[in-house]
Amino acid sequence: MSILVIAEHDNSSLKPATLNSVTAAQAIGGDIDILVVGSDCQGVAEQAAQVAGISKVLVADNAAYGHQLAENVAPLIAEVGAGYSHVLATATTTAKNILPRAAALMDVQAISEISAVVSADTFKRPIYAGNVIATVQSSDAIKVLTVRGTAFDAAPAEGGSATIEAVASAHDAGKSEFKGEEVAKSDRPELTAAKIVVSGGRGMGNGDNFSMIYSIADKLGAGVGASRAAVDAGFVPNDMQVGQTGKIVAPDLYVAVGISGAIQHLAGMKDSKVIVAINKDEEAPIFSVADYGLVADLFTALPELDAAL
Amino acid sequence: MKVLVAVKRVVDYNVKVRPKSDGSDVDLANVKMSINPFCEIAVEEAVRLAEKGIATEVIAVSVGAKQCQEQLRTALALGADRAILVETDESLEPLAIAKCLKAVCDAESPDLILMGKQAIDGDNNQTGQMLAALLDCSQATFASELSLDDGKATVVREVDGGLQTLELSLPAIVTSDLRLNEPRYASLPNIMKAKRKPLDVKTPDDLGVSAAPRVTLLGVELPAERQAGIKVEDVAMLVDKLKNEAKVIS
Ligand SMILES: Cc1cc2nc3c(=O)[nH]c(=O)nc-3n(C[C@H](O)[C@H](O)[C@H](O)COP(=O)(O)OP(=O)(O)OC[C@H]3O[C@@H](n4cnc5c(N)ncnc54)[C@H](O)[C@@H]3O)c2cc1C
Ligand SMILES: Nc1ncnc2c1ncn2[C@@H]1O[C@H](COP(=O)(O)O)[C@@H](O)[C@H]1O
Repeated sequence: MSILVIAEHDNSSLKPATLNSVTAAQAIGGDIDILVVGSDCQGVAEQAAQVAGISKVLVADNAAYGHQLAENVAPLIAEVGAGYSHVLATATTTAKNILPRAAALMDVQAISEISAVVSADTFKRPIYAGNVIATVQSSDAIKVLTVRGTAFDAAPAEGGSATIEAVASAHDAGKSEFKGEEVAKSDRPELTAAKIVVSGGRGMGNGDNFSMIYSIADKLGAGVGASRAAVDAGFVPNDMQVGQTGKIVAPDLYVAVGISGAIQHLAGMKDSKVIVAINKDEEAPIFSVADYGLVADLFTALPELDAAL
Repeated sequence: MKVLVAVKRVVDYNVKVRPKSDGSDVDLANVKMSINPFCEIAVEEAVRLAEKGIATEVIAVSVGAKQCQEQLRTALALGADRAILVETDESLEPLAIAKCLKAVCDAESPDLILMGKQAIDGDNNQTGQMLAALLDCSQATFASELSLDDGKATVVREVDGGLQTLELSLPAIVTSDLRLNEPRYASLPNIMKAKRKPLDVKTPDDLGVSAAPRVTLLGVELPAERQAGIKVEDVAMLVDKLKNEAKVIS
C-alpha cells in the first residue's frame, strides 16, 4: 500500500487538519507520502517533513496553485495520485472542493468523510446527517477518500525526517480567478481544533448578545460556534456554523446555548465528549444528547456562568 | 443564457431515517420524499436569473427513478421552463450521476449549471465537482452570492476561514450553500401550469453512460447512542459538575 496525503495549508504553515489524515493513512497501513500543493510553500514542505511516519514530501510550488483553485490543483492531484493506492485529505472546504474533481479525472468514485477504516478497501462513513453509519467497500484501483477530522486523532507533528522532492508539473487552466477573501480574524482557538466550544443559537436574540458567549469562551479558552439559525439571522458569520452542512466538531466540552437541537445541528456536535445545554424549554431536543442540561433563561444563566468562572 | 439545474429527490430533511431490520440499508418505506434543500436553492437562483432577464431558459434535470418526476414538477412549478429525467431504478453514485449530467450538458450546452453543494441523503458533496471535471469547466462550490456580468460569473463562497470570491469564465458550475437565497413557495396556479410544461425522459443507456457501481454498501448501523444525562438545578451545580465530575474545566 502506498498512500498520498494532501496537505492542508496556507502557503506558510501546515494546518493540523493534515495530521488527522495521516492517522487515517496509518490505519490503512503502508508507505505514507504528503503532497504539498501551493505557491511559495517550501516552509510548509519542511514542516510536513517533520511529521512522524512520513516517507517523502512532494512539493508542487507554482503561482497557479496559490489559492487552491480546483481547476488547477485537481489535475495535479490526479497526476501524482495515479502512482498510489490511496489518496486522502481531511474534509475541509478546500479538500471537499478539490478531491471529488481529482477523483473524476481519475475515473474513481470518491468516498466522502470516512469516520473509520475497516480495511484497505472498506470504510465507515456517516450518512443522512449522521443518523446512520454506512460501511462501504470500494472496487476502484485507487481509493480517493476525504477524512472526517474528528474521527481520527492528530498524528504527531514532529519526530519525522522525510525527504523533500519537487514536482515540476504545472497546471494553469485559466478558467477561474481568485478575487479576494474575507477571513475572520480571531485570537480564539479554531473551531474544529478547540478543546472547548461554546455555541449560540437563535435564542441569543441578536449579534450583540453573543458578547456574553465570547466572554465565557475567553475565560475557558474556547472556540465559538453557532447554529444555522444564528448565522442565517446575521448574528455571526458563516464560518461559525456547526452541523451537517457546516463544521463538524468533537471537543471535550460543547456548550449549546439557546439551540433547540435539530438533527442537522446534532450531526455536527454529538460526538463531543461532554455536552452541556442551556435552554429555557425543557422539552428542547438538545437535552436528549446533553450530559448536563440547565433549563434556564440564557440571559440570566450566562452572566451567572461568566461570574462563576 | 441557458441555465441547467440539477435536482435530486431525497428523504425530507425532517425525517430521521433508521436502518432496515437486517441492516442492509436504510429503511425508506413510506418515508416522505422531497427535493433536496440545496437543489431547491439552486432552482430559486436559476429562476431569479430568468426574472432578471439574464437566463433565457431554465432546464431542470434529475437522475433517478420514475418518481423523480414529482421533484422535477416542483422545479417547474418554481419557474423552470422544462425538465429532463434520466430514468433508472439503480441507485447511482455521484460519478455515474455526473456522467449522466455530462451527457445532458453535451446535448444542451448550458452556459451555467446550478447544483446543490450536497444531497442530504448520502451527504457526498461530490457531484458538482465531478461534473466540472468531466466538462473541463470552471467551478465554484458552496456559493452564497452569484452575479453574472460580461460573460463571467462572480461567486462568493462560504469556506472554513470565512468568505472567498472567485471569478469564473463560462460555462461554469456553481453549487449552492444555504445562504445563496431563500426559496419561494410554488403557488397553486404555478403548480397547475407546471403539469403542462415539457418533461423529457431518457435512460443512461440512451446517453451512453455505463453506471456500473464502484462502491458497494455492505450495511448500515445506528451510531453509538449517548448515555442519558442529568438536569442540573442551577449554574453553581453546573460549574461544580464540570469541574469535579466531568473534569473538563478547571
Ligand atoms: C438542508 C439543511 C441543512 C441544515 N444544516 C444545518 C447545520 O449545518 N447546522 C445547524 O445548526 N442547522 C442546520 N439546519 C437548520 C436546522 O434544521 C435548524 O433549523 C437550526 O439548527 C435551528 O437553529 P436554533 O436551534 O438556533 O434555532 P431554534 O430551533 O429556533 O431554537 C432556538 C432555541 O432557543 C431557545 N431559547 C429561546 N430564547 C431563549 C432564552 N432566552 N433562554 C434560553 N433558551 C432560549 C428556544 O427554547 C429554542 O429551543 C439545516 C437545515 C436544512 C434544511
Ligand atoms: N440523482 C441526481 N439527479 C440530479 N442531480 C443530482 C443527483 N445527485 C446529485 N445531484 C446534484 O448534485 C448535488 C450534490 O449532490 P451530492 O454530490 O450527492 O452530495 C445535488 O444537490 C444535485 O444538485
